[in-house]
Amino acid sequence: MGHRDGPEVNDATTLMKAADVTGPAALDVDGVGHRYGARVALQDVSLTVRPASFTVLLGLNGAGKSTLFSLITRLYAIRTGTIRILGHDVAREPAAALSRLGVVFQSRALDADISVQQNLIYHAALHGIGRRQADEQIARVLTLVDLTDRRRERVSNLSGGQARRVEIARALLHQPKLLLLDEPTVGLDIKARADILGHVRRLLANGIGVLWATHLIDEVGASDDVVILHNGRVLAKGAVRDVVAAAGTPDIGSTFTKLTQTENGAATGAGA
Amino acid sequence: MSIPADTSTPTRHRFTLAQYWICLSGIVWREGLRFIHQRERFISALVRPLVWLFIFAAGFRQVLGVSIIPPYETYVLYEVYIAPGLIAMIQLFNGMQSSLTMVYDRETGGMRTLLVSPFPRWWLLTSKLLAGTMVSILQVYAFLLIAWFWDVEVPPVGYVLVIPALLLCGFMLGALGMLISSLIKQLENFAGVMNFVIFPMFFASSALYPLWRVKESSPLLYYVCEANPFTHATELIRFALYGKVEWVSLLVVAGCAVVFLCGAIIAYDPSRGFLARRGGPGG
Repeated sequence: MGHRDGPEVNDATTLMKAADVTGPAALDVDGVGHRYGARVALQDVSLTVRPASFTVLLGLNGAGKSTLFSLITRLYAIRTGTIRILGHDVAREPAAALSRLGVVFQSRALDADISVQQNLIYHAALHGIGRRQADEQIARVLTLVDLTDRRRERVSNLSGGQARRVEIARALLHQPKLLLLDEPTVGLDIKARADILGHVRRLLANGIGVLWATHLIDEVGASDDVVILHNGRVLAKGAVRDVVAAAGTPDIGSTFTKLTQTENGAATGAGA
Repeated sequence: MSIPADTSTPTRHRFTLAQYWICLSGIVWREGLRFIHQRERFISALVRPLVWLFIFAAGFRQVLGVSIIPPYETYVLYEVYIAPGLIAMIQLFNGMQSSLTMVYDRETGGMRTLLVSPFPRWWLLTSKLLAGTMVSILQVYAFLLIAWFWDVEVPPVGYVLVIPALLLCGFMLGALGMLISSLIKQLENFAGVMNFVIFPMFFASSALYPLWRVKESSPLLYYVCEANPFTHATELIRFALYGKVEWVSLLVVAGCAVVFLCGAIIAYDPSRGFLARRGGPGG
């Protein structure tokens, strides 16, 4: 794997690689880079999400989180490095990779004019799931997100938090093994944020690997894995307690501040 | 460390024909639902050609005489002459409306939902085009029904025989809209499409006047009209309404449909299209 880690990370904090486990990693990003013209958006990014694990991709706005998500979901072509979902190369086997992937994008992507059920039926069709099977899956995923009673409701009548839960239900409809969520709690109140975080954490019991992108420190749990992304580079990754210990800071918030300030200082120094 | 093993093997994922059909019918169904819920879109799609039919055609009936030209075997009212052009206009506007929707979907994120489907992207885009075409055909039949009360009648069999022509023309104009949508960065830029695509295509065609009249006044404009795919869409529909085939128009429309669709597929390719050119999503 082509890692490019900052000096703050030691070997003990590096996440377990796909080859070390009994099955392929839910997500394996290896040496990925991306540019918008001359601007480097991602540089040699490597990370792994284990099955049944909750990994937080932590970074400020503009860190490259959404770009990374666009590469994982094949909205952008992967020009440097490789991305594998359950062992399937996104570039070479897109259908196999994307059929195992559920995604909740940062911007809301539900059709507000139609009902929750109709949105979910449409998504099922996009995965080749017929009506009868779709009905069963819709009942299952709406139970998971506690929205069974809103099945026939127009999306435009839902609150922001409920709409987000529908998006999560939609992402789970085709029974993916990897769930990507790009800042899913942006714009929600504290209770709705906690609800969504709780719903997603419960999915780990089903063996789903979760990659949760956020800039909110309080969404990082003590038992999570974390990847700190800054200016398109991975500064640290591993179990939260290991990353915090390696940085010599009291908590993940301080770790994040220390690493990003060090990086900014290094970049300024290099620029000078 | 015990980690649940995944039994997936890195083999190619193949969909059955039934699944391709489910995907297509799902996209068509959703487009139909959106159309039903957007009543103002349906009404404006109908009002536009009806204004041309009721007002423009009535006013110009005496000014613009139409000689006997194929496929007509007798003199026809001006309203009858422009009806195929107005049908093509419905499909042109619908194609552009679909492209507007795609730009909107792209800005709101709905487009991503479509493009992260595991089905091949060419199939997703083709399905989306077919869905838009089906909606435009519904609009066309609503127009034909109203026009029938305005003495715009074609042979009964023409109402059925025109369906393949409507499918092909709707597909071609929708593909053009899809291609254009890939070039538009923001919703606000869509007004430019009206000025630089829709109006020139409509007016520089045989929709409102026969090309022999154009040739008399401006040979150059005549050749522009001849090269305009919209002219051929109009003529294909005109002939089909009378149970005839205009072969040159059929070839031009089919060829343009293929070219525009290929262009749209390339434009929406992750490595070459708009997604790669844009400045990044932020975050």
